[in-house]
Formats: sequence, structure tokens, C-alpha cells
Amino acid sequence: MQILNSVFEVKGISKIYDSTQALSCVDLSVPSEQTTVVIGPSGCGKSTLLRLMIGLARPDTGKIYFEGTEITPMNALLLRRRMGYVTQTGGLFPHLTARKNVILMANYLGWEKTLIEKRLLTLAELTQFPKDGLQRFPAQLSGGQQQRVALMRALMLNPDALLLDEPMGALDPITRYDLQNDLKGIFHKLRKSVVLVTHNIEEAKFFGNQMVLMQAGRIIQQGTIHEFIETPADPFVTRFIKTHRGPLEIQKGGDA
Amino acid sequence: MLAGIGIIETALAEQTLPSVKVGSKKFTENVILSEITTLLINHGEIPAIHRKQLGSTRVLWSALLNGNIDIYPEYTGTIINEILAERGLAGEIEEALSQRGIQMSKTLGFSNTYAIGMKAETARRLGIARISDLRNFPDLKFGFTHEFMNRKDGWSGLRKYYNLSQLEVLELDHDIAYRGIESDTIQVTDIYSTDADIDYYSLVILKDDLHYFPDYHAVLLYRTEFANRWPNALRAMLQLEGHISESEMIKMNAQAKIKKIPENQIASQFLAKEFGIHPKIHIETITDRLLLRTREHLFLVAISLTGAIILSIPLGILSFKRKKIGQIVLSIVGIIQTIPSLALLVFMIPFLGVGSQPAILALFLYSLLPIVRNTYTGLSNIRPEIRETAQALGLPSLPRLWLVELPLASRSILAGIKTSAVINVGTATLGALIGAGGYGQPILAGIRLDDMGLILQGAIPAALLALLVQGFFDLAERYFVPKGLRISQNP
Ligand SMILES: Nc1ncnc2c1ncn2[C@@H]1O[C@H](COP(=O)(O)OP(=O)(O)O)[C@@H](O)[C@H]1O
Ligand SMILES: [Mg+2]
Repeated sequence: MQILNSVFEVKGISKIYDSTQALSCVDLSVPSEQTTVVIGPSGCGKSTLLRLMIGLARPDTGKIYFEGTEITPMNALLLRRRMGYVTQTGGLFPHLTARKNVILMANYLGWEKTLIEKRLLTLAELTQFPKDGLQRFPAQLSGGQQQRVALMRALMLNPDALLLDEPMGALDPITRYDLQNDLKGIFHKLRKSVVLVTHNIEEAKFFGNQMVLMQAGRIIQQGTIHEFIETPADPFVTRFIKTHRGPLEIQKGGDA
Repeated sequence: MLAGIGIIETALAEQTLPSVKVGSKKFTENVILSEITTLLINHGEIPAIHRKQLGSTRVLWSALLNGNIDIYPEYTGTIINEILAERGLAGEIEEALSQRGIQMSKTLGFSNTYAIGMKAETARRLGIARISDLRNFPDLKFGFTHEFMNRKDGWSGLRKYYNLSQLEVLELDHDIAYRGIESDTIQVTDIYSTDADIDYYSLVILKDDLHYFPDYHAVLLYRTEFANRWPNALRAMLQLEGHISESEMIKMNAQAKIKKIPENQIASQFLAKEFGIHPKIHIETITDRLLLRTREHLFLVAISLTGAIILSIPLGILSFKRKKIGQIVLSIVGIIQTIPSLALLVFMIPFLGVGSQPAILALFLYSLLPIVRNTYTGLSNIRPEIRETAQALGLPSLPRLWLVELPLASRSILAGIKTSAVINVGTATLGALIGAGGYGQPILAGIRLDDMGLILQGAIPAALLALLVQGFFDLAERYFVPKGLRISQNP
């Protein structure tokens, strides 16, 4: 039952870079049409996991299935077109305008012009990106705007899954706050399968129905925030979810 | 574009039209002799061209052997000691030559021997009259031509034969040596006995009291194949045998060197006086010369640079995509770059002869490194995040290269092409050394004739062309480097 409803099936994958064991024997099932948040301290292997899922790198051992198909070097190119990928700083192509960035793939695939324009406008509306910004180059956009363009680009081909690697990691707090709200709305509206990587527990709580906690290349626990609090798999889980200081805690510290 | 095609057409025409090709070494007397020979053959309605000042003995001899030229003036002493000795051929000169498909005329009437000279005043003051006297003055500075330094009958032999102990010996160009003598930087140099400069610089020839130097009778060397194919040309040319006296030759050398009369005019005056014939000569104006040189220079640069661009960008891409091959490619083009340009040019002669072909190949090879390296670094400097994103979108590798990677590397690639172009324009001046023409031609002639004006006629346009090329590429940046990259500095 669970297998039918999952978009990604990750089976026993390991990945070693030179001497670093980036991932060791990771199993993961990513449910469809939900947001799964991958959290963990930096260097624990979150980005590596995402890069393997989109086929940018090959696992040393194990297999990854996307919608039931094993990802191989042969089919990765085509499977990727059914996934959207956004990185920490967006990865926009600096030589292309926002518009050209977004429509690059559709153009390449020979979509009809009117269809492309229609899709572009829908996305700009969805991501609340100002239309006059479409003619600008990435260097002429703010960090938040760049991430909205990156999201539009990832959504252009209407993929089944979205893979977002700390998409708000490089933004200032206010911009991040706004984008978090907008993203959550978008995810809800589109009902896409989303994998969101963050190292921020607050952000994880805000987005995630499903949370995956990683440490040193392994998955420590997978479940809801309540399961993390009530039945922690490991003392690290408890420690990690307590790292956040709420405003009250700061006040308490000030009083003492 | 049309101009470009025109250039190529003329160059091709020159290559394909059957004509007798006369070569000359890069000193005035040899140029005059070849000019006389050319005009004489031309007069008999047989097309002949003169490839001026191609280089030293080595270059001319190999050009003659492989049929790049049909005829050139040589000296018997050089043939015996330098050309044949090196190849270990003994016996009669004629026989040794004919084994190689070469024949020799009788003497043209004078001998231009190697000699040792110094300023008359210095010689008188020190009481030096014979080469043996030099033994008493080990402190005198000697300056010899490259050729004299390196040939068997040159300095090394002379030193042993006369038991000279000089330590300080400079190696320099013949014409520069005279200026060294003039300024007293050197006191002793090798000279040719028919040289006009002997009078001009008030030099004396030291007596060869132990008879070291052999005779250097001027003769014409020509290919047997030429003799069979153009018997009339041969007959016309051989009229020169015994017709040029030593005093005549010295006079003609002086006219060229001191009075700066163009060689073709001197040659035609000689023919008028000696044979009563009046060949039509083309008197070059500065504009004619400038246009011709510009055409030749642009031809060298355009072809070699275009070829280099076409090969280097794919090589740079390959180096980037396949790191192992890349290391090999980058080191090979790097090594080519370290070969001295003159050596590379001369190295080409046995394979490609003289003229524009070897020059173009050498320039092409020189232009590779900057473009290959800049293509490679331009691609390597693209942020990994951007490269991965392009992959993550599902773009196959060719469109990825075309739509993302190359545009991002464009600034670097263009800078590489610009560097190559500027180096190319400068190096192409050396092409004149092997008969490729271009702005190097007036520079060489100017050095030979001690004529600063002539040197500048080559040097100034070459410098202007380099500037123009730079300006062109600065403009080209606006077209080839995407606007988005000119706004943000880091791709
Ligand atoms: N391309 C790579 N080459 C070598 N080591 C890498 C590479 N990518 C990641 N690593 C290493 O693998 C580990 C996990 O990295 P990463 O997946 O980026 O962690 P996270 O995204 O959780 O911060 C780190 O120790 C990192 O240094
Ligand atoms: Mg990461």
C-alpha cells in the first residue's frame, strides 16, 4: 500500500566521496502529494541524498526508484524532466533573463509559443513574481526574487516532484518569512510531492507533514513532529528538536 | 569578406602559376644577384619571381632541394665547406651536387671571400695588419654573425688555425655588427670582401696571412629539373657567367646600402650597361608596398587564427569534459608555445618549404594555447551549482554546452582569442624570414640596408594592426558576451 503511494523509494544507498562516507545504507520512502522535510546538521548528507534522487550522482550501493522506475544513468535525463530542483542560491543562469531561465527547457522541447507564454504567466502569478521583473537578469533581482524565478523554472514542465535544497538558506529573515508563507501556500495548492531540505527545525515544523532526521549520513528517525517528541528514536532526536530557542526562552534567559 | 576572398585568390594564383622561382639570402649582395637573374630570365618572356631574403644558407639550400625555389646565388667556399661537408660528400663539387639534382654555374666573375675586418683607425693604432696579429690582443672584443659562428669554415676553425685566444665573442646580425664596430662595442668582425660597408664604416680587411679562408666565387645554384624544363631561362641566366667584376659588385652593394637605391633598379641599370637590355621594372611606391604587405600580413593572420579558433575551442571543451585527455592536450599546446618562434619557422621548411604555408602552420600552432586554455578555464570556472542545475533540468549534454556552458565561458574564450590574435600579428612579422612576406619584409630589408625609415614601414603598421585587433575584440565582446554576464561579473 505504502509503495503505491510513494513517489521515491530509496533502498539501502551508500555514497562515499574520497574518504567521506556521505551516506551509509539509507532507506527512505517519500509519500506522494505531501511535503517531506529532510533535516539534520550541515554535512550530514542531505544535499547528497537529493542529488542522488535527481540522478546527478550515482549511489555506490543501493537503488532509487522514482514512481516505480529505477533511476539509471540511461534514463536519468528523461526522469529528471519530471522533477523540479531548486538549490540554495537558485542556480539561475546569469546570462539569461528571468523569463529565458524559466522557459529554457520548454523552448528546448519545442513547446508552442502561446502555451509557453500562458504557462509563464500562470507561474508568475502563482509565485507572486512581478511581471516586469521577467525581463531582468538574475544579477538585477533580489535574493527572494531569484528564488521565485528558480521555483518557476522548476515548475515549468509541471513536474510530479519538487526537490528543494535549502531554498531559503541564503535569504534574510524577513524575505525568508514571506517566502516560507508563499511556498507553503503553493505546495498546498499544487498538491505536488515535495522534498524540502533544511537544517532549521522551525522551518521543518512549519512545512512538514513528514519529517526525516539525518545525522552523519544516516536516517535517525522518520515520522511526524509529534512522533519525534513523544517517541524519539535516539537522544540526538530530542537534542536536535530542542535546539530552537523561542522568543519566550530568550526572555526567560534575560530575566535570570 | 570580399577583400578576404581576393587575398586568398591572389595567394592561390601565386602558388599555381608556373614560373621560375629565384631565391636570395638575407644580405644585400645576394638579393641584387637574384634580382639581376630574375630580370634576365623575365626578359626572355619567361615568368620568374624573386623570393627575397629568405634566410641563411641552410634555409636556401633546403628550399632549393625540395623545389621551393629553382635558383639562388651561392659561393663556392660555402658549397664546399658548409653544404657538402655537412653531408659527408666527397669528390668533385659538380658530381656531389648533381647527385642531389642540383647544378652549378661557372663563376659570375668575382669572389666574395669571408674576411676579418676592423676599424682602420683602431688597426693602425694597435699595429694590426694580419689576422696573426690578433693573437697579441686577447682583450679585443669579437662580434661574429650567427652563420660565421656556426659554420665549419667560420670562427671555430679560424680560432684553431690561427691559435686565437679571444674569450669574449658576441654572436649578432651582420648589419648590427657594423653598428657595434662603429660604436666600439666590438672591435673585430667577419665581413664579406665585396661589402660596401667596408668603405662606409672605414674598415680594413686583415690579411689572411696563413691562408685560412678558401675562395668564395659567386655562382648560381639551380635545379637540374629547372634546367630541363626551362632551357631558355637557363641560357639567359648563364649569360651572367664571368660578367660581374668585383669592383662592379662592390659598387652595386654600395648603391643599395648607402644610396638606398631599390635593388631592382640597380639590377636593371646593370643589365642595361652590360647586356644592353632594358627590362621593365615596377617601381614600388610606399603605398604599393604598404598595401601588398598588409594583404600578405592579413592573409597569414586570418588563415592561421581562423584555423586555430576552429580547432582550439573543441580542444578546450574536450579538455574540460575529459580531464585525462585534457591534461595531455594542455601540455602539448603548452610545449608548442615554448618553442622559439624562429626555430619553429625554420623547422617547418623541410616539410613545407618556404613561403606562406610554413608560416601559417607555425602561427596556427602558436595561436592554439591561449584559446584552448581560456576555453578550458572559462568552462571550469562556471559554478558547479549552475552546471548541475542545467543537468537537473534534463538538458542533454550538447544543448547544455551550447545554451549554458559556452555562453558562460564566452568572455574567457574571447579573451583567449584576443591574446592569440595579438601574438599572431606580432609573430607574423617573422614570417618574412621564410618568404611569407608581410610587415616583416620591410623590417628585414630595413635592418639589412640600415634604413630606419624602411624598418618603421613595417613596425608601425604591425603595431597599429595589433591595436586594431585589440579594439576589434573589445567591440566583439558586446556581441559575443551575453548582456547578463556584462552586468554580473561572476558566472
Ligand atoms: N562532491 C563531493 N566531493 C567530496 N565530498 C563531498 C562532495 N559532496 C559532499 N561531500 C561530503 O559529503 C558529506 C555530506 O555533504 P552534503 O550532502 O553536502 O551535506 P549537507 O547537505 O547535509 O550539508 C560532507 O562531509 C561533504 O563534505
Ligand atoms: Mg547541503
